[in-house]
Amino acid sequence: MARMTPEINAGSMADIAFLLLIFFLVTTTMDVDTGINRMLPPPIDPNAPEPPPVRERNVFVVLVDAQDRLMVEGEPGNITTLRERAKEFLLNPDDNPNMPVKETTEIEHIGEFDVSRGIISLQNDRGTSYEMYIAVQNELAAAVREIRDEVSRQYFGRRFSELRDEELVNAVRRAVPMAISEAEPRDIGRR
Amino acid sequence: MARFRKEGGKKNPKINTASLPDIIFMLLFFFMVTTVMRETTLFVRTSLPSATEIQQLERRSLVSFIYIGPPLQSQVFGTEPRIQLYDSFATVDDIASFIESERQATAEAERPLMTTSLKVDRDTRMGIVTDVKQELRMVNALRVNYSTTRGEVAGIR
Repeated sequence: MARMTPEINAGSMADIAFLLLIFFLVTTTMDVDTGINRMLPPPIDPNAPEPPPVRERNVFVVLVDAQDRLMVEGEPGNITTLRERAKEFLLNPDDNPNMPVKETTEIEHIGEFDVSRGIISLQNDRGTSYEMYIAVQNELAAAVREIRDEVSRQYFGRRFSELRDEELVNAVRRAVPMAISEAEPRDIGRR
Repeated sequence: MARFRKEGGKKNPKINTASLPDIIFMLLFFFMVTTVMRETTLFVRTSLPSATEIQQLERRSLVSFIYIGPPLQSQVFGTEPRIQLYDSFATVDDIASFIESERQATAEAERPLMTTSLKVDRDTRMGIVTDVKQELRMVNALRVNYSTTRGEVAGIR
């Protein structure tokens, strides 16, 4: 008669697995990295000719000072109304002569569309707190995103983030460009 | 009267633990898949601000992290915000070589996709962040991600 194979004691298997489990719990982190994506402007070439000046009516100036106070278009602003004001500026629904020019452009999948030439110029002080800076960046990004959502709904019946087709995404991007520019830094507050 | 309990018949049945390792292994694999290895030991405090317009960082291998915040050991290093690269404190001048070494470690085809993630403490002043941003511009590392958590923005409740 063939010999029976002796049974292997698997009682310690659980201990080994526990050990591995605890090792991974300690050495790993679960956080998913999220954040606001931005492109920095390329470095300025000192020999390059001056860029043509942007027309005053096309620029929406947002200043943040060292005390985290806002200056929007030359008057004291508020973070709670910044999003609405930025949207109103970019859309210019009443064709106000102080607000940006719209240029009718032919865009694939959308057709003729009045693309706003507005640029949001953000300038902060060295003393501005990072939290405030992020808050302002967030509100301006939200303004552009909301306009994109509206355009996307109007033409494709879906929110911008729900568009799957790369061509449609690019069409909306062309119709509503993310025109947020950061001015060269200044040091006024000295903190 | 009926007798419900029999004398001597009260031995606890043995619980079969044969499937215990399987359960633990399942947990183990779950954690192995959902988490990522911790790469650096933080020396600076980075309690991130919150924002709503956030995107997820994809391809962690193409992301280089710059930490800015007040040192955790404030008795030793003071409270002035410092920059941390890899596992040590650094200055603004080190950023160029940091980006260069990160670039060297990446395949050439993927270099344009490299992102710099700025993990900055919410109470930091913008001065040091601006210096870092200027330095990043100089070395043409233009894709940045201001690391934030999901949540309501400060000042808007």
